[in-house]
Amino acid sequence: MSQSIAPRRAYVNARLLDPAQGLDEIGSLLTEGDRIVACGAHIEVPTDAETLDCTGLALLPGLVDMQVFTGEPGEEHRETIASVSHAAAAGGVTSMAMMPNTSPVIDDAALVDYILRRARATSIVRLHPMAAITKNCEGQQMTEFGLLQEAGALGFTDGDRAVMNALTMRRALSYAANFDALIMQHAMDQDLQSAGVVHESELATRLGLAGIPVAAETAIIDRDLRLVENTGARYHIAQISAADSVDAIRAAKARGLNVSCSVSATHLMLNENDVANYRTFAKLNPPLRSETDRLALIDGIADGTIDVVVSGHNPQDAEAKRQTFAKSAYGTVGVETLLASVLTLHHADELDLLPLLATITSQPAALLGIEAGSLTAGNKADFALVDLEAPWVVNADRLRSKSQNSAIEGRKVQGVVEACYVSGKCVFDLGE
Amino acid sequence: MDSTLIKPVFPHRDLLGIEGLSVSDITSLLDYSDAYVEHNRQGDKKKSSLRGRTQINLFFESSTRTQSSFELAGKRLGADVMNMSVAASAVNKGETLLDTAVTLNAMNPDLLVVRHADSGAVALLAQKVSCAVLNAGDGAHEHPTQALLDGLTIRRRLGRLEGLRVAICGDISHSRVARSNLLLLNRMGAHVHLIGPRTLMPAGAEHLGAKVFTSMREGLEGCDIVMMLRVQHERMSGAFIPSVREYYHLYGLDREKLAYAKSGALVMHPGPMNRGVEIDSGIADDPDISLIRDQVEMGVAVRMAVLEALAANLDKDVGGEA
Repeated sequence: MSQSIAPRRAYVNARLLDPAQGLDEIGSLLTEGDRIVACGAHIEVPTDAETLDCTGLALLPGLVDMQVFTGEPGEEHRETIASVSHAAAAGGVTSMAMMPNTSPVIDDAALVDYILRRARATSIVRLHPMAAITKNCEGQQMTEFGLLQEAGALGFTDGDRAVMNALTMRRALSYAANFDALIMQHAMDQDLQSAGVVHESELATRLGLAGIPVAAETAIIDRDLRLVENTGARYHIAQISAADSVDAIRAAKARGLNVSCSVSATHLMLNENDVANYRTFAKLNPPLRSETDRLALIDGIADGTIDVVVSGHNPQDAEAKRQTFAKSAYGTVGVETLLASVLTLHHADELDLLPLLATITSQPAALLGIEAGSLTAGNKADFALVDLEAPWVVNADRLRSKSQNSAIEGRKVQGVVEACYVSGKCVFDLGE
Repeated sequence: MDSTLIKPVFPHRDLLGIEGLSVSDITSLLDYSDAYVEHNRQGDKKKSSLRGRTQINLFFESSTRTQSSFELAGKRLGADVMNMSVAASAVNKGETLLDTAVTLNAMNPDLLVVRHADSGAVALLAQKVSCAVLNAGDGAHEHPTQALLDGLTIRRRLGRLEGLRVAICGDISHSRVARSNLLLLNRMGAHVHLIGPRTLMPAGAEHLGAKVFTSMREGLEGCDIVMMLRVQHERMSGAFIPSVREYYHLYGLDREKLAYAKSGALVMHPGPMNRGVEIDSGIADDPDISLIRDQVEMGVAVRMAVLEALAANLDKDVGGEA
């Protein structure tokens, strides 16, 4: 198709925020068809371009959420690919890495292909499947990394389960290194977790709930870091929760290991006290830990130890949460509130805006190896228009996910997505 | 019983734990229970203060003594008592908990006595029903009437709780009895020693207002009361402690270990006992030392007092849970 036919649009007078280019200035974004052609303070806006005045709004790259669970296939009543994509668009998220913990587990090239076809047919944002490290996420037999990667799997993870066997993990890391594939570990030693459901602490004791020690997380991290040293694989720890983990990863990075990690936005906002009164919506895996841990996670973001903030979006139906604490399901929805959570941290904890935004745009994009998370000319025109300051209260009933299990229900947050674009096409408009 | 006795002032709709109770709440319940002890020793034990009231004992976890104690208490006060035992195996992932609550609520009970294997289950249920709820034990969380009856037993024998030194020994980690007793004894000004192996001591125990010991010799020193806890058999096959004989050797209460406590120290056990595991038979059955029989007797009195206190609030608009 010739360039002259593709419609040109100019988004003018916006506060352009692009961590990848270190950009924070008032200016314009020019798109042509599905691509960004120019971005900056002094770009020329062609006279034939359709112009949208964005005064008062920030224009950011579409967010990249590196950890999203869905219910499709298998548990569509919790979430479908279509419903999670609408929630994502409303939250300014234009690319998602989907976890393989579905029914069946995404552990076969044909299933990766199926997810991609379903995403093309029903998702309004980009959805990238990650495949399981082991068959059925059982921690025993390695999946076909080569075939899965060719089919489109962005990386490998057993999602919400740790690869417990050290030998299996060592082989997976070695084999993944063949393909320069990313291995994402859920750092939770199941033996040490045992019957634990909350952070092991005085509060857990008062509530009579079995605790999960910090060592359940650090034991896996420490073990894996040794294995990474041996194998040279690209290793990522999903959702760390404790100060000790931040320290371990900081030290590993200082040693020059190719490791990265993420934290969930919920773990940055809440702490163990949020499970008081047996509030099952705050039952997460890893668990919400102490305030000291939460502050260490924020420090980890500030000094670059933590690379990525994820939503960890994990939709659970009402019945799964209307149980006693021990029996209720883990997880919180979050893809729609990821940006607001991060912006609220910026406003409250004074984390610098651009580095913070990098954790939900350019940094996850780089780890996943996708062309996303930046306003660089030539990139797909995936971006969001955001009122950075606007306050609102999280009301789970109004979230677009099929499940309403939000751990931050009732919380005051700041930052409203006014519109979201994928390939230059508006996929969410608050005004509509 | 003297009908002019002042009823307890108990400003709570439910009794979910000791946690929310004040010194005056506890004192008032103990004073009222005291009167029922005497009443229960009479020939005619029947009262009519709960006549017309329906009491349901909903036990998701099997129990003999607690359930029969609540049943007897309700019946002596003239309530219509129904026992519902929901076998743990039949409980479909706790889903039935709220379903059962809604169903029972539709039958308009006045008093619901609940035991469940999960911590917080009774509080969850209390949110869904409009009657008064009594916690008869939820997981490893609380067992408030046990703590009240233990408090009453001690107070009747030694005349006070304040200033006493009480040792709670054994599986602190999994024990709701330990938690409720610790809360009550602390609130009433007693000094609590928690004694047990590290594997059965919960995280942060030392911050709960008690001194923590791993040795019986050190922990029992100066104690007026030695409260032994039941150790579940499944925890003694190498998971938490290596064997029964090692546990008995280190923590089983025999006369030798009891000698570490204050001279004349008294022994308690919430039952059912594992003789020869956590307690020596000779001690358990020695009426000069053991308060175990008294505990059972106090149990009925305490439950009568609590049932009546809560029933008295039923027609009033009483605020908080406890």
